[in-house]
Amino acid sequence: MAQAAICAGCRAYFGYPITPQNEILEYMATHMPAVGGAFIQAESEVAAINMCYGASAAGVRTMTSSSSPGISLKMEGISYIAGADLPCVIINVMRGGPGLGNIAPAQGDYFQATKGGGHGGYRVIVLSPATVAEAVEIVMLAFDLTDKYRVPVMILADGMLGHMMEPVVLPEPVDLKCLPGKPWAITGARDRNPNIVTSYAIDPGDLNQINTKRQSQYQKIEEKEVRYRETETSDATIAIVAYGTVARIAGTAIRMARSQGIKLGMVQPITLWPFPYAQLRALSSRVDTILTVEMSAGQMVEDVRLAVGDRAETPFYGELGGLVPTPKDILREVQCNVS
Amino acid sequence: MSVNIDNMVKVFERPRSLTDAQFSYCPGCHHGLVTRIIAHTIDEFGIQDRAVVVAPVGCAVNMYEWFRCDGIQAAHGRASAVATGIKRVSSNLIVFTYQGDGDLAAIGTAESIHAANRGENITVIFINNQIYGMTGGQMAPTTLLGQRATSCPDGRNAELAGYPIRFAEMIAQLDAPVYVTRQALYDQKRIVASSRAIRKAFQCQIEGRGYSLVEMLTTCPTNWRMSPVEANSHVMNEVIRSFPLGDLVDRY
Repeated sequence: MAQAAICAGCRAYFGYPITPQNEILEYMATHMPAVGGAFIQAESEVAAINMCYGASAAGVRTMTSSSSPGISLKMEGISYIAGADLPCVIINVMRGGPGLGNIAPAQGDYFQATKGGGHGGYRVIVLSPATVAEAVEIVMLAFDLTDKYRVPVMILADGMLGHMMEPVVLPEPVDLKCLPGKPWAITGARDRNPNIVTSYAIDPGDLNQINTKRQSQYQKIEEKEVRYRETETSDATIAIVAYGTVARIAGTAIRMARSQGIKLGMVQPITLWPFPYAQLRALSSRVDTILTVEMSAGQMVEDVRLAVGDRAETPFYGELGGLVPTPKDILREVQCNVS
Repeated sequence: MSVNIDNMVKVFERPRSLTDAQFSYCPGCHHGLVTRIIAHTIDEFGIQDRAVVVAPVGCAVNMYEWFRCDGIQAAHGRASAVATGIKRVSSNLIVFTYQGDGDLAAIGTAESIHAANRGENITVIFINNQIYGMTGGQMAPTTLLGQRATSCPDGRNAELAGYPIRFAEMIAQLDAPVYVTRQALYDQKRIVASSRAIRKAFQCQIEGRGYSLVEMLTTCPTNWRMSPVEANSHVMNEVIRSFPLGDLVDRY
């Protein structure tokens, strides 16, 4: 993911050590300076995200990474970045929580990522990879989306993906000169009026206007940027909804179920926000049951139920505390829900 | 008697790097003086087209509206981290932060110390008025012992609230800072010295020498419940006893 970010033109990375994502920080320590980019091991996650705020305001593709407790610390800065309409990519390699929790894979930060996280009412685009190859693609996509919409992008990975080794084909590095210009950036007020980067608007009318405009940007993202992957849903009577590592494990469960004659399919949301509500609604009229599987007590399932309503059964299966469901565990839940 | 304007010579004017917007500072407050000195310094160096003001949270929250240069608003305490981010990717820009005592020495202690310790090539203007001005006069980390504030109505008690933090002295213990000084504005001589100090702090950055911090002892007549004149005397007679003036580091 770190190399993909460099390929995507990221030239500023600021981070703070926390397991299970130290590899990104360590990789950047060597490779970011090698391409002439900025790297700092910051004094805290709070400082790191504020360095991102500054570097992004200066017009450079910028990234930070952390894991759940560290992401909580970054929330103040993410709210400011969202409020100042700055692009930024934030990787969250999720671990068990709440509190210190543990360092095992988990998906307990879905609410935090997709429903705002910090204060004030904003959105971040949330992307979720299930494999290392997907992670590479998603990092490239993240930088394009965050620049295009000037909305921060969070990549939700987990400890499983964070510690996985897989062969990948790295993309061609983007030509920095070919990236779209950022006329709003802080580059020095030479031959133009000063540029100001701020989330502050003391007048309620002004802030209302700014926020309303931002909401219309969010609406555009909801209309245009929903991404998901459907697996064997055409003849399915039951479908799993899962993201990240769980979607990958569920892929094996589908093969096992099919060999037993169970018509199991899957929808894997790639964008957790914007969430594929319409696609799940359409699916709900074709299947009897939509089973949500997460490494949490049930967070995404709320969005699934919002999409599906009472058009299909919507059971939930989750593992807590950093436990990872096996294909057999998922198959068992599927069997329980097949009439 | 009629005056011929054409024959008049302009001896004093608004710095070119200030906009026409009105300061929102209270009467008698020293913020206005510091802001003006900074603008004058930007004019002198001719760096308006590459200066970046990092505005704080507090009485100077919208100070980017007063400068004719690029600006950014930082979260409370985070200005030094924000400045670091900008400067590390745009070394040609001249980046300065303007931070109060709560901002720099309470909520932003970590960001402020570590930016200094890394020797970031930025200029920090530290406004020490021993009070939280914008929020209505609460105790600051620099509030003097015995000084009353709305959150220490009986005066600051060391047993409960510790002692006024001498931030410039703390920074002076580090190896990286190039120029650290404490200045005041209570008379003409001090204003001239302050102007010189701020000029030097910017010069450090322009020449790529590294981190500089100018701590300014300023007044807050409104929240000190004093007249501007009384507030001025208070700095001269009381404040400098806890916060001695002068250069603490000069590796320029």
